[in-house]
Amino acid sequence: MLKVLFFARIRESLDCAEVNVEWQHSVSSVGALRATLAERGNRWQEVLSEENLICAVNQSVVNELHALNDGDEVAFYPPVTGG
Amino acid sequence: MLDVRVQTEDFDPGELQASLLAGQQEEGAVATFTGYVRQTNDERAVEGMYLEHYPGMTEKTIAATLKEAAGRWAVGAALVVHRVGHLAPGDHIVWVGVSSAHRGDAFAACEFIMDFLKMRAPFWKKETGAQGEHWVGARESDKQRAERW
Repeated sequence: MLKVLFFARIRESLDCAEVNVEWQHSVSSVGALRATLAERGNRWQEVLSEENLICAVNQSVVNELHALNDGDEVAFYPPVTGG
Repeated sequence: MLDVRVQTEDFDPGELQASLLAGQQEEGAVATFTGYVRQTNDERAVEGMYLEHYPGMTEKTIAATLKEAAGRWAVGAALVVHRVGHLAPGDHIVWVGVSSAHRGDAFAACEFIMDFLKMRAPFWKKETGAQGEHWVGARESDKQRAERW
């Protein structure tokens, strides 16, 4: 299972903070997971295709090609604005 | 000592500075930065702010930045305290303190930590004002500041 988290504007746009996705070969990279999640509907398609969306796996920022393993925690969020 | 605290409660910069120096004997310098909630942002009056974060990753990211700073400069102790939740204009948001034997290292490490916190740490600000609420956008100038290092 992949635990997928959404934060801030992304969480609000999707009206979803967390979703579990069964791990399989079709979601074995960040890019593939993004494409799979985008199939959930127009809003998901729109939000997940945002260019500046950041992805972290197990709390480290990664790129689209990063491989996903069963049990990973994946997060999608907009550019950060702390401080 | 390198330490990170993410909390909803307010903090006292004077107490934090004293705690940073407790047990340090060689340190002749402390540089600190305190960030506050703005009264206005992009010419809009700010009535309130909500700060969201990614628990766990926030602390991990800032701790890595402190470790990096301690590797680049002579850092005696460094502490970052960042608030989350509902805040009002004028409230403290963030405090960074670095002690060192000399001012150069203290200044540089403090600024480096703040620039990288703004670029990397997963916090998001939502402002409330007369026109309703909106998520604050990232600034290109913050990216440029972090790239200087």
